[in-house]
Amino acid sequence: MMKERELVIVGGGPAGMAAALAARAAGVEDVLLLERDQHLGGILNQCIHTGFGLQHFKAELTGPEYAERFVGRVRQDKRIEVSLRSFAVRFTKDKVISCLMPGAFREVKARSVIFATGCRERTREMIPLPGSRPAGVYPAGLAQKMINMEGWLPGREAVIVGSGDIGLIMARRMALEGVKVKAVIEIQKTSRGLVRNVVQCLEDFGIPLYLQHRVARIHGRDRVNKVDVVKVDEELKDLPGPGFEIACDTVLVSVGLIPENELLEMAGAEIDRKTNTPVGAGVNFTSIPGVFACGNACKVYDLADWVTRDSELAGRQAAQYLAKTEPPRL
Amino acid sequence: MKRFMTCIECPQGCRLEIETDGARMISAAGEKCERGPAYAKQEIEAPMRTLTTSVLTRGLELKMLAVRSSKPIPKGKLLEAMDAVKRITVTVPVRAGDIVVSDLLGLGADLVACRTLTRL
Repeated sequence: MMKERELVIVGGGPAGMAAALAARAAGVEDVLLLERDQHLGGILNQCIHTGFGLQHFKAELTGPEYAERFVGRVRQDKRIEVSLRSFAVRFTKDKVISCLMPGAFREVKARSVIFATGCRERTREMIPLPGSRPAGVYPAGLAQKMINMEGWLPGREAVIVGSGDIGLIMARRMALEGVKVKAVIEIQKTSRGLVRNVVQCLEDFGIPLYLQHRVARIHGRDRVNKVDVVKVDEELKDLPGPGFEIACDTVLVSVGLIPENELLEMAGAEIDRKTNTPVGAGVNFTSIPGVFACGNACKVYDLADWVTRDSELAGRQAAQYLAKTEPPRL
Repeated sequence: MKRFMTCIECPQGCRLEIETDGARMISAAGEKCERGPAYAKQEIEAPMRTLTTSVLTRGLELKMLAVRSSKPIPKGKLLEAMDAVKRITVTVPVRAGDIVVSDLLGLGADLVACRTLTRL
C-alpha cells in the first residue's frame, strides 16, 4: 500500500522551507520536503547580492546567507524528511504525488500538500523581439546561474532587455566581472525594479538606462553582433525615425516571471490564465481543499522576506487543515 | 547647494533632499528612518558599497562559493577588489561567515563565505 504522509511540500526554496518550519511549529508531526536540486535554498543560491532579510532578520544578508538560516533549522528537525534530487512530475486530485529521483520513482499520498514551486523566467519567445536566432541571448536568471554558480561569463559586451530587478542586478554583476554592459532597455516609462537597484546597479557603474525604448531587432548569424533600438510613444508604438544600433555579443532578457503551477493544473485546480496563479479563497489557498500554494508560485513577490512571511502562514494553514480533518485513530 | 538622492539602505528607496556645501552634508530631508541621513552623509563624503561575488572552488560540493565583504568598502575600490578576488580558489571546506581573505586590499574588511560548503 502507498505510504500516506501528513504534509508534502514541493520545493525547498525560501517558500518551502518557511512553510515546513511553520507547519512543524503549528504541530504537524510528519513533513516530506521534495527538492529537485541537490541543495536546499532554491533561487537564493544564485542570488549572491545583498538585500535579503532586512524585514525578517533585521540584517542585510545575501541570498545564500538568508537560505542558510533556514537550511540549518530544517536539517535539525528530524520530523522534516528532506528528499533532494526529487522532481515531482505528477499530481492527482486525491493528493498523490509522483516523483522522479536518481534511479527511482516514488509515489506518496499526502493528507495535505503545499506547492512552493516558484517561478520560471519569461523568455525571448514570449515578447515581440524579432531578428535572427543567434547564440548569445539568455534569460537574465540563467545568466545569473552561469556566472554565480558555474563560473562562466556569457559574453563580453551585453545589452539587457527589461529593467526588472533581475536585469538590474545582472547589469552590476556583469560590470563587476569585466563585461561591458552597454545599455538596459525598458519599454515602459519607469524601471520595473526597485529604485535602489537603479542607483546601485546602474548609476554606480555608469550603465545607461533607456526608458521608453525597445529592442526592435537582434542581429547576428552564429552569435549576436548588434541590436536595433527604437524609441516608443505612450502607447508603446515605435516613434518615426531610424533609432540606433548597439554592438554587443550578448543579450540578457529580463522580462518577468511565470509562476509554475502545472502540477496543480494537472489535478484540476483552477488557475488564472493571465497570471498562471491558483485561484482560491485567499492568500495561499487553491480550489482543492488541503492543497496550498505559497511563495512565488502563489504570486510574484519583490522581496524574499515577504515570501517567508506568507509561506509561514501557508504552513499554519496546512496545519489547521490537518487538525480539522484528523482521521479516526484505530 | 540642493541635491536629490535615492537612499539604497533598504528596498523602500526613500528620495532624500540634501543640502550640501559641495563636499559636506548640511541637512537631509525625506527619509522614513534614521538610516537615510547617515547614508546621505556617507554617500556625499565617501561612498561605500558591500562587495558580493563568487569565487572558484576545487574539491568542494559546488563549483563556486558566494562571498561578500564583511563591511562596505569604498565604491571606487570595487573593481580593484574584484581583480584581487578573481585570483582566489577555495580548496578547503567552509562554513558561512568563515574568512576567505582577511583585510582585503588593506581596506579593513574581510572577504567572508556566505554559505557552508563541504567536500565533494
